[in-house]
Amino acid sequence: MNSLWSIALATLAKDIRLEWRSKDALNSMLFFSLLVVVIFSFSFDPLAEESRHIVGGLIWVAFLFAAVVALNQTWARELRNQVLDAYRVSPAPANALFLAKALGNFIFVSALEALMTPLFVIFYNLRVLGPAWQLLPIVILGTWALVVNGTFFAAMSLRTRSREIMLPLLLFPISIPAVLGMVNATTSILTGEASAHFWLVLLLTYDVVFTTACLGFFGLVLHAE
Amino acid sequence: MKRAFPIFAVLTTLLLVYALNQALSIVHIPGVAPTERTMGDVQRIFYYHVPSAWTTFLLFSVNLVASVVYLIRRNPVADAVAVVTGEVGVVFCTVVLVTGPIWARPVWGIWWTWDVRLTSTLVLWLIYVSYLVLRRFSDSAQTPVLAAALAVFGALDVPLVYFSIWFFRTQHPQPVIGGGGSIDPRMLHVLLINWLAFSCFAFLICWSRYRLERLRREVEEAQALESLLGPEGVPAPAAGSKMPLPRGQQ
Amino acid sequence: MTDIPPIITVINVIKQFGRFAALRGVTAEFESGKLYAILGDNGAGKTTLLRALAGLARPTRGEIAILGKSPKAACRDLGYMAHPSLLYDEMSGIENLRYFARLYEIAGDGRSRQVIRAVGLDPDLTRPVGQYSQGMRQRMSLARAVLHDPKILLLDEPFSNVDVHSAREMVGLLKAMRDAGKTIFVVTHQASLLEGVADEFVWMQAGQIIDRTKGLSRMGVQ
Repeated sequence: MNSLWSIALATLAKDIRLEWRSKDALNSMLFFSLLVVVIFSFSFDPLAEESRHIVGGLIWVAFLFAAVVALNQTWARELRNQVLDAYRVSPAPANALFLAKALGNFIFVSALEALMTPLFVIFYNLRVLGPAWQLLPIVILGTWALVVNGTFFAAMSLRTRSREIMLPLLLFPISIPAVLGMVNATTSILTGEASAHFWLVLLLTYDVVFTTACLGFFGLVLHAE
Repeated sequence: MKRAFPIFAVLTTLLLVYALNQALSIVHIPGVAPTERTMGDVQRIFYYHVPSAWTTFLLFSVNLVASVVYLIRRNPVADAVAVVTGEVGVVFCTVVLVTGPIWARPVWGIWWTWDVRLTSTLVLWLIYVSYLVLRRFSDSAQTPVLAAALAVFGALDVPLVYFSIWFFRTQHPQPVIGGGGSIDPRMLHVLLINWLAFSCFAFLICWSRYRLERLRREVEEAQALESLLGPEGVPAPAAGSKMPLPRGQQ
Repeated sequence: MTDIPPIITVINVIKQFGRFAALRGVTAEFESGKLYAILGDNGAGKTTLLRALAGLARPTRGEIAILGKSPKAACRDLGYMAHPSLLYDEMSGIENLRYFARLYEIAGDGRSRQVIRAVGLDPDLTRPVGQYSQGMRQRMSLARAVLHDPKILLLDEPFSNVDVHSAREMVGLLKAMRDAGKTIFVVTHQASLLEGVADEFVWMQAGQIIDRTKGLSRMGVQ
């Protein structure tokens, strides 16, 4: 257990260091998410009252797009020079790699969301009518829901042709309940019309179920050859 | 055993014809389904819609079991069963999704509603289409493992989909969907016959597709050997050496 | 041949990639403490055999036992060097090795410096590996493979794209390691470099081992 976390953290530290040196993904992704917000704002320009009802959906669809583009980069670095093989021949547990990548993506996607959210608030003149603090668990659970399966399916797409397009094809159908959860929870809070309780429980269940499943199956996917 | 397939095919065809007649009441023989009082003849699509749905769930269940067996045993037969049930399941699931709106339009006045069962079936269809896409696009040596893992993920997703849509629905106004109450015993009888006919039909297609899949794998293996050896069992055009390789030499 | 049990046993290994096969029934035993050169044309299955030994490719059929264990279970005893460098281009040599040392859970810094020096490089070089010359990169790659002091080394084309001088130095390194008791497999096109060094030449063709010779010439075949 100890070695799992120490290797996961070492891998995460290595990824952050590499990302910091090249900044490939970071810069382009920040710009990409900015573009998404601006285009969404042009395309849907509702009154403040209406916007409360639809912005939950808009925000999460925007997050979803940004996340998919970010997730597709997850394994790119490990493919160059086939470094992934160096991991695979080592005794390090497969799940340490998975946890490192999932946590890295979580940090990365959260950063993108932190950039996009204030822009949405400004462009749509949002004012929250429900208990705003509940948005925090929603964002955390929702982001993890996207990222945990996204990391897993990105690893799966490594083994396929036309890798980039495979990720959303695999990720979106499975993510439908999670997306429903994020959107409805957010909308409930924004409008203050309903409780987000059920959706939070749903997201939590989704996260627990699929984190377990990913950890159970990642070794198989990593060593499938 | 070799004759089992054609015999089963003929029996299934006869059963299908009989079930079709009972459902549509083309020739009036005893046991045909009566016309529904309020919905009229359009209700008869029910005899296809419901058996297709049951067959879909049966096929996807077999797919899940085969996938799990494959993950544990790495048995190529289990993988072949998974391919077959996945593909045929998607076909039957498509029938469910097409017949649903055709029924809904005249009866409820709308094509589509985010009803629990309808939506869950749609999501299931999406998951299994992505399953087939994955099978098609992954490197063939790795396909079985990846596909089996995805099947398990899909199965874990289904209850979550069901509950999320069930709750989603309770928050939104919905058309009142008929049903419930009792069903005319003659209708039930026809429904069961159709279900049996559809199950046999599905089994027949699966069987045929399974034989094809086994054949495809044998061909693939032969091709693999040929890729190394060249068509006459001589090593493929490797530069220089013209030495024929003795068969069976290790 | 001898009473020593083989360090590696390969029994009827077949590896198929869809419509292509790479190995079709490889059976062999290899002894401890020897240097084996694996030779053969492109597509003969050399790299696939090496990857199967390294536990990277699971055989479609057949079995591989390394020290009586599966390749995965024996991974601490295996060092693998591939044709690509298996290193992160953006990090320096020592940074790379420190990370890989974590994966093997060995005390990183001292050992990393030691192996970098052993392959004839400077551990204090801060340049990222991406800016190394090909020869330096190959050495660093070898350093990564021997980092955890494995009993068995699996090397895929260690001399490719390397000038003759560096290649000779590398052969010297391998010879020293073999003499120190390691079992070494070298897949190579430049067999002549290993003449007089390798204990045995293993000839592969069309996914099988067709011959094993002590010297580089195959008598009565070519």
